[in-house]
Amino acid sequence: MSLPAKTGGQRSRFGLGGPGGILPFLRRNTILALILLLIAFVAGIEVARPGTVTPIWISNALLFAAPLGILGAGQTLVMLTGGIDLSVASVATGSAYLLATNASLGSVAAVLIGLGLGLGVGLLNGVGIAVLRVQPLVMTLGTGLMTEGVMVVYSQKMLASEPRVPEFIQALGAGKVLGAVPLDLFLWAPIAIAMIWGLRRTGFGRLTYAVGDNRQACELAGVRVWQVLLVDYVLCGFFAALAGLVLVGSTNAADLSLADVYLLPSVAAVIIGGTSILGGRGGYAGTIIGALILTVLTSLLTLLDAPEPIKQILYGAIILLLAAAYARLTD
Amino acid sequence: MTAAPGKSRASERNGGASDASAPPEADQRPSIAARLHRFMRRNPALVGMPALLVLVLAVTILVHPEFGAFDLQSLALGALPLAMAAAAQTVVVLSGGIDLSIGSLMAVSNVLAASTMQHASYQEALLLAVLILIAGAVQGALNGLIVVLSRIPDVVVTLTTGFIWGGVALLILEKPGGGAPEGFLNLATGTLCTDWLCSAWVPNALILLVTSVLLVWLPVRRTRIGLLIYAIGSDRIAAFRSGVNVELTRILAYVFGGLFSAIGGLALTMTTGIGAPLAGTYYTLSGLAAIVIGGVSLTGGRGGMLGPVIAALLLTLIPTDLIYLDIDPNYGQVIQGTLIVLVVMIGGFAAFLQSRK
Repeated sequence: MSLPAKTGGQRSRFGLGGPGGILPFLRRNTILALILLLIAFVAGIEVARPGTVTPIWISNALLFAAPLGILGAGQTLVMLTGGIDLSVASVATGSAYLLATNASLGSVAAVLIGLGLGLGVGLLNGVGIAVLRVQPLVMTLGTGLMTEGVMVVYSQKMLASEPRVPEFIQALGAGKVLGAVPLDLFLWAPIAIAMIWGLRRTGFGRLTYAVGDNRQACELAGVRVWQVLLVDYVLCGFFAALAGLVLVGSTNAADLSLADVYLLPSVAAVIIGGTSILGGRGGYAGTIIGALILTVLTSLLTLLDAPEPIKQILYGAIILLLAAAYARLTD
Repeated sequence: MTAAPGKSRASERNGGASDASAPPEADQRPSIAARLHRFMRRNPALVGMPALLVLVLAVTILVHPEFGAFDLQSLALGALPLAMAAAAQTVVVLSGGIDLSIGSLMAVSNVLAASTMQHASYQEALLLAVLILIAGAVQGALNGLIVVLSRIPDVVVTLTTGFIWGGVALLILEKPGGGAPEGFLNLATGTLCTDWLCSAWVPNALILLVTSVLLVWLPVRRTRIGLLIYAIGSDRIAAFRSGVNVELTRILAYVFGGLFSAIGGLALTMTTGIGAPLAGTYYTLSGLAAIVIGGVSLTGGRGGMLGPVIAALLLTLIPTDLIYLDIDPNYGQVIQGTLIVLVVMIGGFAAFLQSRK
């Protein structure tokens, strides 16, 4: 077992004239490496099936990447603190289902109920993890199971009313303006700006990094660590609920396994984007690229004329390869 | 507990967790009550879990007085795959890792068994079962190798390999189907019946559960391997500095995880009679629930095998009780989640109180 010293990635960002070679350069600019990878994937699609990559295709890719990107925002926050949230998929599904079954109360009320679920589960996670110091993995696993179970019970009580997705949510999840700009980008872009700016420039953002880097040092320095963690988990639940709404808008059908497939990608997008699961390193810009890479990877795999299980195996294997390559690059 | 805190702490660290009996203390003999108290404190799973099981069983019999041999058998049948998933997770977690691919590994063994045994004789089925166990161990080894070589945290690796193994299971058997010879199924679904003893009160599933856990775990626990697994789980760096081959031991823990998962997959085949590529997914999370309730620390190195196995029985019994009580059995999952959250929160709260003293 090696005990790696933390060096790469923390060197001066102005050292471009230093040691040459492409690897050290990419090591210092990991986000560039990710963008290059994304371009390579897109190029791969264009080579495999010439004429595929059009403005419409790009717009569709952005449209489909948005729910994953929003889920990834929450996951980025909690992973920067050294945690993980395994309840995001259940929360997204639950919020979508609550929205669809409560649509008769009015769209705004339905949206608020859906988001309320996210805030509630996030708060529960936060209290357990931040105040009672429960391991994030177990806590979010438990709340995820609870949410899922409650939804199953709820779905059986609610058989009477027909689930319906409000029209503006459908527009949000699937609509486009000016022919090619996906509507959900208007939700995702502000979130992205707020995340990147907030993590870099606000005290809360810095505290999130600091807590993930060294919780004990933060406590000794007088940081109220539990408050930082609590806010991060509540935000994560909120983003998960929001992603669920966008998702149900795009599928226009709420069922109880809607977001199940998003659990692995939500973690993978963050990891591939260069955020360390051990906390303290990374950022949301990487997660955005990670979400785009995963979305493009999915459409690359659909181009392959292979049965579904093969695609699933390839998808997992490529995620592992990318994550491993990233770990090697930055170690 | 005032007698020799340092000493008791040390023996606790040695890995004398839950299934070891109370170590002899030759030099001083505290009163029996004090020793019993310490024994219970040191082995909460060993005392508390069976007590809880007896309690829940008593409640079950109270609300359902007709509770009989058949109910006992269905309890054992339902708990068997879950107990195996819990056992698999326990070994990995004791070593300081976590395996989120157990459900998929079980699915792979399940569909492998159901698709190859369909037209096999009983003897052939047993041979195939051995091969499937080996395959399970190999899959576990692959998980462990990827974890060690890639330097990606265990959670991420096994979450992803779980996805991959799920694809493999779908590749082997697209839709639920297949089968296994009657004699093989009877290994779990039957009840004890030999030349000299026949009793409907001893389900084969229970015998299978106990023997497979004992056969695999006892040799591990009582030899160096178990000690090494506990050692790297409680302090990886200290273990490394004491000359433990950390990487090999981690892989080994995953191998045992894969082996137990394969037993769980075979158990699924026996209890359901078919192979279903998606049947396993439930067991990843429930197995984790069982080990958390069973007193295994997710930080590694603490806990034993008895707690999780009994927790698996409890988690199977509770939804049954709900049916007896005329409550929607779908609450079962809610209760499972709530139980995890409550158990860990109470644990956290206790630690919080202790830290303020």
